[in-house]
Amino acid sequence: MDLYLPIANLSVNALVIIALGGVVGLLSGMFGVGGGFLTTPLLIFYGIPPTVAAASAASQVTGASVSGVVTHMSRGTVDFRMGGVLIAGGVVGAGLGVLIFRLLQAIGQIDTVIGILYVLMLGGIGSLMAKESIQALIALKTGRKIQARKRRHHPLVAAMPMRWRFYRSGLYISPLAPLLLGMATGILTMLLGVGGGFILVPAMLYLLGMTTQSVVGTSLFQILFVTMATTMMHAMTTHAVDLVLALLLLIGSVTGAQVGTRLSMTIRPEYLRILLAAIVLLVAARMALGLGFRPDEIYTVEIR
Amino acid sequence: MRRRALLALPPALLLLTAADEPMLVPDVSQREVEIQYSFTGADLLLFGAIVYPDGRRPSKPPDIMVVLKGPDQSITMREKQKVAGIWVNADSARFRSAPSFYAIASSRPVDKVVDERTAAIYEMGVDKLQLSPSSLNDSAELDRFQKGLIDLRERAGLYVERPGTVEITDGVLYRARLPLSARVIVGDYTAETFLVQDGRVVAAAVRDITVRKSGFERFMAVAAEQWPFAYGLVAMMLAVGMGWAAGAIARRV
Repeated sequence: MDLYLPIANLSVNALVIIALGGVVGLLSGMFGVGGGFLTTPLLIFYGIPPTVAAASAASQVTGASVSGVVTHMSRGTVDFRMGGVLIAGGVVGAGLGVLIFRLLQAIGQIDTVIGILYVLMLGGIGSLMAKESIQALIALKTGRKIQARKRRHHPLVAAMPMRWRFYRSGLYISPLAPLLLGMATGILTMLLGVGGGFILVPAMLYLLGMTTQSVVGTSLFQILFVTMATTMMHAMTTHAVDLVLALLLLIGSVTGAQVGTRLSMTIRPEYLRILLAAIVLLVAARMALGLGFRPDEIYTVEIR
Repeated sequence: MRRRALLALPPALLLLTAADEPMLVPDVSQREVEIQYSFTGADLLLFGAIVYPDGRRPSKPPDIMVVLKGPDQSITMREKQKVAGIWVNADSARFRSAPSFYAIASSRPVDKVVDERTAAIYEMGVDKLQLSPSSLNDSAELDRFQKGLIDLRERAGLYVERPGTVEITDGVLYRARLPLSARVIVGDYTAETFLVQDGRVVAAAVRDITVRKSGFERFMAVAAEQWPFAYGLVAMMLAVGMGWAAGAIARRV
């Protein structure tokens, strides 16, 4: 079923795009990550111009996280105070991202920077997650308890001035830490079209030392608002949001997200974590190969 | 502009003005190509008649070339090279006038019909396009970039060569088909027809074709440019609304 995308200026198979959204939605429902780190590269691989891909993927992440946020809110697992600080940082970060995007585009290195960023982040976070979840699995199998890693924030976070109480996160730390974290993910959202969940969740766990229960809900809450802001920034600056593409992705992803949420309740969290780690590492490896192998296209055309 | 004015004249008058040279009366199947939701490209039929002075046909069959050209674009091309183990954009070149679309059909291969010089003058063939480089690359580099561009656009269906596909009936009527890729941009296109005899272009004529988005697609493209805030708001609301609705439905099921 071919459908013409009015902003991307090409026709795509609508069913393929819906299926793609569905797979990404499934992951986002299962793991509480936005899934943008898969959507953008896949769309580009399909032939959609990179800017349009990143701009439209952001709105798909919004859709995929809405129902997650609603669910977590009703369970009381969203720390609104923490979320608010993260969002404030995220919006500022997205604004910075616009500037960085333009600068990199002007010198023609945006693709390479995006590629390297993907490899470094996904590789780093993926290995961290894999290590943790393998340890957890071994403990599960042998029945021997690993001494519970003390939940505490990074020394750098503890050194920051001015402390706020974040009750639902079980934290008494400086708001500057989540603000900076929010900014970093905001920049990534703008540059890569990712929600930033895959960096936000581990950072909240290992850097801030948040309680596990409120991590997913709060990160989804932040992702929801930052991707909304990003969509708006793209609409205002790059004019690259393709509503038809976004709609197709949304149809798939909101459905997939519901299925994913149900699945996640039936699988042990230890297995979920190692699965996510494997997917993240796989994407990182693919991107690393992409940087090192001779690319399919040596030349790129940029219309001015 | 002058060419267009000439075309507007009634054919009888044209016949009087060019009594000793043959003349072309071209037409296209579609003067307007509308891009709609189901647009997957278009097939254009370019046809017409050759009108000879006094109706006498030459003994040697003539050749016809049809060139379909889209709006020119100013482009920057970047070339990836391996630096420190990874492939990065290293070299670049700028061109002021690269056609966004170019398709040529001819009754025989171009090099059999005209010489190099004539082909270059009339831009017959993708390798004869005059891209007007505006950066300081040497000619070997420019050559490399031009080949890269042609290769990219040929595979995207934006540059097309169809040698030997113009059919000429009884030396008078000609017809050719050219594919318009789904990736074409909107704008004013021209369909040029050349009549070639003994390696010399003896007549040429142009028809204009407009490619535009229509209906919903046009509305979307205009909205994204003209009312970006409202457009962004709609995108945001669409995403939130659909996500929320899916959640609400799933809770009931």
